[in-house]
Amino acid sequence: MIKYIDEYRDKELVLKIAAEIRRISSRPLRFMEVCGGHTMAIQKFGIPSLLPETIELLSGPGCPVCVTDRKFIDTAIAFSRLEDVIITTYGDLIRVPGSSSTLDEEKGKGRKIRIVYSVLDALEIARENPDSKVIFLGVGFETTTPSSAAGITNATRMGLNNFYLYSSHKVMPPAMTALIDEGVKIDGYIAPGHVSTITGTKIYDDIPEKYGLGCVISGFEPLDLMQSILMLTRQKEREEPKVEIQYKRAVMQEGNIKAQKLVEDVFEPCDDWWRGLGVLPGSGLNLRQEYENMDAAKAIAVEVENTREDRGCICGEILKGLKTPSDCKLFGKACMPGDPVGACMVSNEGACAAWYRYKGT
Amino acid sequence: MCLSIPAKIDSIDGEMAMVSVGNVTYKASLQLLDDVEVGDYILLHTGFAIQKISEEEAAETLRIFEEFEDLNKQLDDEEKETGERIV
Amino acid sequence: MGKEERIRLGHGSGGKLTHELIDNLFVKYFSNPELDRQTDAALLRLPKKQLAFTTDAFVVDPIFFPGGDIGKLAVCGTVNDVAVSGANPLYLSAAFIIEEGFPLKDLEDIVKSMASEARSAGVSIVTGDTKVVNKGHCDKVFITTTGIGSLPEEHLHISEGMNTVVGDKIIINGSIGDHGMAIMSARNELKLNAPLLSDCASLNGLISRITSVSSNIRFMRDATRGGLATVVTELCQGKDFGVSVSEENLLVNEGVRGMCELLGFDPMYVANEGKLVLVAASEDADNILKAMHDHEHGKDARIIGEIVAEHPGKAWLNTAVGGNRIIDMLAGEQLPRIC
Repeated sequence: MIKYIDEYRDKELVLKIAAEIRRISSRPLRFMEVCGGHTMAIQKFGIPSLLPETIELLSGPGCPVCVTDRKFIDTAIAFSRLEDVIITTYGDLIRVPGSSSTLDEEKGKGRKIRIVYSVLDALEIARENPDSKVIFLGVGFETTTPSSAAGITNATRMGLNNFYLYSSHKVMPPAMTALIDEGVKIDGYIAPGHVSTITGTKIYDDIPEKYGLGCVISGFEPLDLMQSILMLTRQKEREEPKVEIQYKRAVMQEGNIKAQKLVEDVFEPCDDWWRGLGVLPGSGLNLRQEYENMDAAKAIAVEVENTREDRGCICGEILKGLKTPSDCKLFGKACMPGDPVGACMVSNEGACAAWYRYKGT
Repeated sequence: MCLSIPAKIDSIDGEMAMVSVGNVTYKASLQLLDDVEVGDYILLHTGFAIQKISEEEAAETLRIFEEFEDLNKQLDDEEKETGERIV
Repeated sequence: MGKEERIRLGHGSGGKLTHELIDNLFVKYFSNPELDRQTDAALLRLPKKQLAFTTDAFVVDPIFFPGGDIGKLAVCGTVNDVAVSGANPLYLSAAFIIEEGFPLKDLEDIVKSMASEARSAGVSIVTGDTKVVNKGHCDKVFITTTGIGSLPEEHLHISEGMNTVVGDKIIINGSIGDHGMAIMSARNELKLNAPLLSDCASLNGLISRITSVSSNIRFMRDATRGGLATVVTELCQGKDFGVSVSEENLLVNEGVRGMCELLGFDPMYVANEGKLVLVAASEDADNILKAMHDHEHGKDARIIGEIVAEHPGKAWLNTAVGGNRIIDMLAGEQLPRIC
């Protein structure tokens, strides 16, 4: 029994909620989740099979790997080809296609690329290899940004002068509003549970206010997801859109203030380019000027190849929930989990990878 | 990146703690939290404890589910009486 | 063993050092009538006309892990490949590629482990080879074993599951995910400490037990790389029946669960080295389980699913929360996710 996990996988309770959703659902509704963890959990537990046909779940740009610019990978690869560089990265990035290679392929060619679970491991590697430049690839939304921030402040505390961050960190809400601005039709958001653990609820306030859409901050276990879908359905049936917390055991209204402050001290917002969405103002995070010397993008000179785009890849539209993976000409043929073209297929929770695994072609 | 997992704090040493998920142990950093004690459950994400788990709220969430059966029956009865759909 | 402490290039060159190594290490521990003759090729007499013949290379890292080592694995893996075809494993060959500088003590431990496992599996290692390569040209030691077994006529259909029909039951002998997660925790790259043991074991004894109580075994496979999920998807791929697996019936040890949750792995795709998946006529299921429960490698045997008429060619999972979804073949390695 794993505490705080198994209790929320109780079959009887899940089926009870399924019955309640069926009872109150009177018309077609579409809810979008914007979190890779939610995409995976929904498919893994077979949630769609528990819902009435009136309710459709869409997968939005919740996978930070999927929305990462190909140029980021190309640059990381270019860094890895420098003699004195060690690249440290989360496993999620290793197979994301760059213009002509992947970090995995480069690793195979002998480049110093190490998969780590935590930025703390990267700091250790920096400490143990004083003659190398250790670059940590910072990807992820608000859940992960505090770790990278801690990485920077810890490096300073430890007196390390060979630790660098290459940041592609992003924040969620600009993507959520951009989608609706672009005309994606949904009836509510299943909001990311762990992002909200850090940020609290305030980042979603615009969504019911300006767009009339409900946001339910959801946990990741089957009970959590079902309850969140029930709450969104109720909100819609009553025409009462608001921000609600389903994941009360981990999300507080104000979030984690200490982590928020740390992020604010280290990062500042910038415009950033999202695959499928283009440039979203204020959606990215860059290191502040006082940390310039640890910013790989500024401190380490490197030549990067020209970014190549793929023909036929509709990851952008899939990320926006406008098309499904089966609408893509490349899906299951030129683009497969073993041989991905777009990022939606590379990442385990990319919409296409999840679709391929759980629904087939 | 969302994968975070509830873990129990077994011991604390300065900024670091030994935490366990089931019987798997891991060394995690507590630097993103204040007021954490041995025995608390935290959410572990990429080597950091990012939030404390509230036992009361956890229990409350489950209690709501448990109440469904009664609630459903009550609503069904009410619907039959009034002829109105209650959401 | 003399004063040598590490393997040198000379040990693989065929001369005096090689002969010393063979006599004092391999023949000493593996000893059997065929091997002791030390002919270039082992001369064997085989009981039946059909043979099961298999080969596998073992490159596991780390070479010593909780629950086993590369040597034990090299024997079990090949014995199991022969045994799941319904054949009786008899003879193994063992070829070693050793990195210059490899400690002799470690080699001896590996050889001892192989000898012990071969003895308990009832097989003889009858021929072999040793090569030594320059430092850096292989990772410590690689072992390739090839196995032969005699295959009775009545078991010919088993490898391809040709007699499988709707209603047949799918049985596994125990918990899933142990070996893969034991290796992950032993590698310690991710700094996790978990008391996890590999399930590495020779299954031919268990399989004999099973085939002695049922003549309606349709299919057998050992669930190695790619895990249980790969076996069940391969089992029905391109066939006119489907597979339905019940998640509730799967056994996952707590330590394995914890690590899988932490890293975002699905235990159904994690490697095993002592797990047998078999398909049998449903009327024989009870007897088979009884026979398995009596054996040391079958104590946790259980029915995990069945052959169904729905979704032909595909395997589906009834999830523990009452939902259902497809089980697909794994593409590439599972990597620890943060997301």
